[in-house]
Amino acid sequence: MASLLDFSLVDARAALAAREISSVELTRAYIDQMAATAGRNAYITATPDKALAMAEASDTRLAKGEGGAMEGLPIAIKDLFCTEGVLTTAGSHILGGFIPPYESTVSSNLWASGAVMLGKTNLDEFAMGSANVTSYYGPVENPWRSTDAPDKKRVPGGSSGGSAAAVAGRAALAATGTDTGGSIRQPASFCGIVGMKPTYGRCSRWGIVAFASSLDQAGPMTRTVSDAALMLGAMAGHDPKDSTSAAEPMADLSAALGQDVKGMRIGVPAEYRMDGMPREIDALWSQGIQWLRDAGAEIVDISLPHTKYALPTYYIIAPAEASSNLARYDGVRYGLRVDGDSLAEMYANTRGEGFGPEVQRRIMIGTYVLSAGYYDAYYLKAQKVRALIRRDFDLAFETVDAILTPTAPSDAFAIGENEDDPIKMYLNDVFTVPASLAGLPGVSVPVGLSARGLPLGLQVLGRMFDEGSVVRAGRALELAAGFDVSAAAREG
Amino acid sequence: MAGPYRIQGETGEWEVVLGLEVHAQVTSHAKLFSGSSTTFGAEPNTQVSLVDAAMPGMLPVINRECVEQAVRTGLALRAKINLRSVFDRKNYFYADLPQGYQISQYKDPIVGEGEIVLDLPGGETKTVGIERLHLEQDAGKSLHDQHPTKSYIDLNRSGVALMEIVSKPDLRSPEEAAFYVKKLRSILRYIGTCDGNMQEGSMRADINVSVRKPGDPLGTRCEIKNMNSVRFIQQAIEYEARRQIEIIEGGGSIDQETRLFDSSRGETRSMRSKEDAHDYRYFPDPDLLPLELDPSRVAALQAGLPELPDAKKARFMAGFSLSSYDAAILVEERATADWYEVLARGRDAKLAANWMITELFGALNKPGINLADSPVSADALGGLIDLIADGTISGRQAKDVFAEMFETGKDAAAIVEEKGLKQVSDSGAIEALIDEVLADNPDKLAEYKAGKDKLFGFFVGQTMKKSQGKANPGMVNEMLKAKLSG
Repeated sequence: MASLLDFSLVDARAALAAREISSVELTRAYIDQMAATAGRNAYITATPDKALAMAEASDTRLAKGEGGAMEGLPIAIKDLFCTEGVLTTAGSHILGGFIPPYESTVSSNLWASGAVMLGKTNLDEFAMGSANVTSYYGPVENPWRSTDAPDKKRVPGGSSGGSAAAVAGRAALAATGTDTGGSIRQPASFCGIVGMKPTYGRCSRWGIVAFASSLDQAGPMTRTVSDAALMLGAMAGHDPKDSTSAAEPMADLSAALGQDVKGMRIGVPAEYRMDGMPREIDALWSQGIQWLRDAGAEIVDISLPHTKYALPTYYIIAPAEASSNLARYDGVRYGLRVDGDSLAEMYANTRGEGFGPEVQRRIMIGTYVLSAGYYDAYYLKAQKVRALIRRDFDLAFETVDAILTPTAPSDAFAIGENEDDPIKMYLNDVFTVPASLAGLPGVSVPVGLSARGLPLGLQVLGRMFDEGSVVRAGRALELAAGFDVSAAAREG
Repeated sequence: MAGPYRIQGETGEWEVVLGLEVHAQVTSHAKLFSGSSTTFGAEPNTQVSLVDAAMPGMLPVINRECVEQAVRTGLALRAKINLRSVFDRKNYFYADLPQGYQISQYKDPIVGEGEIVLDLPGGETKTVGIERLHLEQDAGKSLHDQHPTKSYIDLNRSGVALMEIVSKPDLRSPEEAAFYVKKLRSILRYIGTCDGNMQEGSMRADINVSVRKPGDPLGTRCEIKNMNSVRFIQQAIEYEARRQIEIIEGGGSIDQETRLFDSSRGETRSMRSKEDAHDYRYFPDPDLLPLELDPSRVAALQAGLPELPDAKKARFMAGFSLSSYDAAILVEERATADWYEVLARGRDAKLAANWMITELFGALNKPGINLADSPVSADALGGLIDLIADGTISGRQAKDVFAEMFETGKDAAAIVEEKGLKQVSDSGAIEALIDEVLADNPDKLAEYKAGKDKLFGFFVGQTMKKSQGKANPGMVNEMLKAKLSG
């Protein structure tokens, strides 16, 4: 019998339902693995006692033939979701000691469906970053090592780096992530797992520490596309507490998983073939196109002409919203307070010590672009470009059912690389940001390895609220690629 | 009203130009974006939800009741209702502003242009334009007097819905500003969208003041913040206008700035200049979708509005033949108008209005009693008026009876009975009195007959005196006239 840690979410669920394994056994295996891999720093807070108590309760329900969609399945929660009674940090010093008296809607939905909580995973501070190196709690190590420099620790991507590393490294069966400009999909690509950002509005933002409200969206990080579909079903749903939450019902994703891609029209956008992109990524993309064509899909060349403006647009809108969203961390009511001789000094001391350099940089950018005299040139212009980017996609989806692109422009780089230049770091999101600006669903599926043996993903994007087509095409890629998601854990 | 309000300066007459921004707390059960209660006077920090305290990850959800109250207010101000409006964030740091921003409406308010008709003394009216009305959140309250070195924060008010109602710069005197605030308050109270209680802070006004020579373009304005009494509003405007005139006449110029009124000194003083003004970095709140109103819902709210002061006033003038001035007084408060309508029903409406305005309000005002607590009810006052109408007592007697009613709460008939105040309307008895008076004053009678008409009043007075005030004055007049001409 394979190790308990080898089960996918779907398989573990079947084994639990058949009483072949117990949730306590499964959970214990994960708690042990969390301890064994603690050096990777994937977790900020582990909650083994809570996990075991929840697992026991799940076993009781399972014994009665009861239980929800995620019954007894041990998962990790990105430390951006507020969890009742459990330290919630957003990876920032400024939330030091903050224990929420409330539970986020998404995690609440997961617990209601029977999931077991292993702990809170590390992330870039306030989800601002693409390498999980801006966390106050230190960087996270990717379980994968390159063949050319096996002693170099690599970043897991970000901002959901802890979640990605935990799932890839078998320290969680699955994990929640949040994606503002690629924070689920890019780390999924770096760690060789599946990361899915649903349509904006699918998952409630209530109780998720806000980064950029018009972009933030929670999603599952799993080992398979089927796992992502299962977990998303448990996370999503309309929430009257979030005014941007969608009432649109979600299609039955399990049905979509069972469908092949015959007759699907897959768009390939010319603008994603960028200068300086590594050849192996281009090659893998071509391979992906071929796989889908072989599986019966029709490949259509499309144009998304405003793609090149997406990154600058994102780096105006996201910091603008962040500068306002993060104003509440002022030392007055919760979290860190560093006293001063006046209110203004207390603010300056608290925020100066509480926020790291990347967060401070984005607050300053955001404050600048919203300032009188600059608003029209930056924020307003960015909103107009955002509308054009959305229209690019709308037009493309008149002729195609899904779009295939690379997820990230590189494989996982070493910890310490790209840190000298914020722009270089921001370029990591070049393929993921456009769909975030348009609010579209997307999934990153691991499909191969780079020349130096690091995972690479391809991204499938779909129409608003059409997660069905996304998992359908994603599943086809997964089947064709046959990527070994266990490789890192076995070697690690 | 006398001529336009002018301030005499050294260089001539000056005109004052005023615009008001009134912040009216919306009467609602819950706050604008959370379910917390809005009751005034609760223990500090007992009406604070996770949203109001700006806990991480908390999101605002618009309260339908507050939106409908704003729409009703807009309709009552005959204003344009914007079917699509947008909530923006106004960003600034303060300890009692937990989010670090106030959710307000900046470019696209829920209500556009409207108007208010002011009832000025002398029965004149003046129409004042409304620029806009928007919804916004109130902040919490900083308490600086609880601890020697610390400030405390009470978040009960944080997130309570306010309507900011902005007038056009159409007001021209402190008195007009006062009438504007009173009329606005009257309308808000009629429709129940704000209790108008300035002492509790449910209604506060910022006043924009500038001065100019009549006919000149608008001058630079200063804004006086947070006025919470009609009297202070007038004082502040008077002071501020004179201050500006003195500066300009002294060769200086006005700096656009925000000022505060110090009521103990009766002065305004600078709070912050334009250079120090906050850059609020307004942008649309990404947590909230644009607010879309259904036209049929707006129509239903329109249909549900009660009769408003202006319509009621017109009806009182037409139906009860009241003067514009009297009608304006009676309709200022809905409860007053209702009281009057009970009083006037089936009676001489003009007489009823006079009694209510002169005698009743006079009596209530002295000890500062509200109409609702009046010891004389509308029916009781009506009973008194009935006794005048049927000739039981004279108007003069009625005043004494009223004083007694006000004192004791007894009804008019009982007092008249008790004191034997019944008016004598027996023509035989009156004739006998007249004969006695004429007999007692043969010399005066002779003078009268010789042409001294003025003595008629003397005979009336003597007859009334002889009757101890009980004789029906109308009858005395008539009968005397007949007798003397005979």
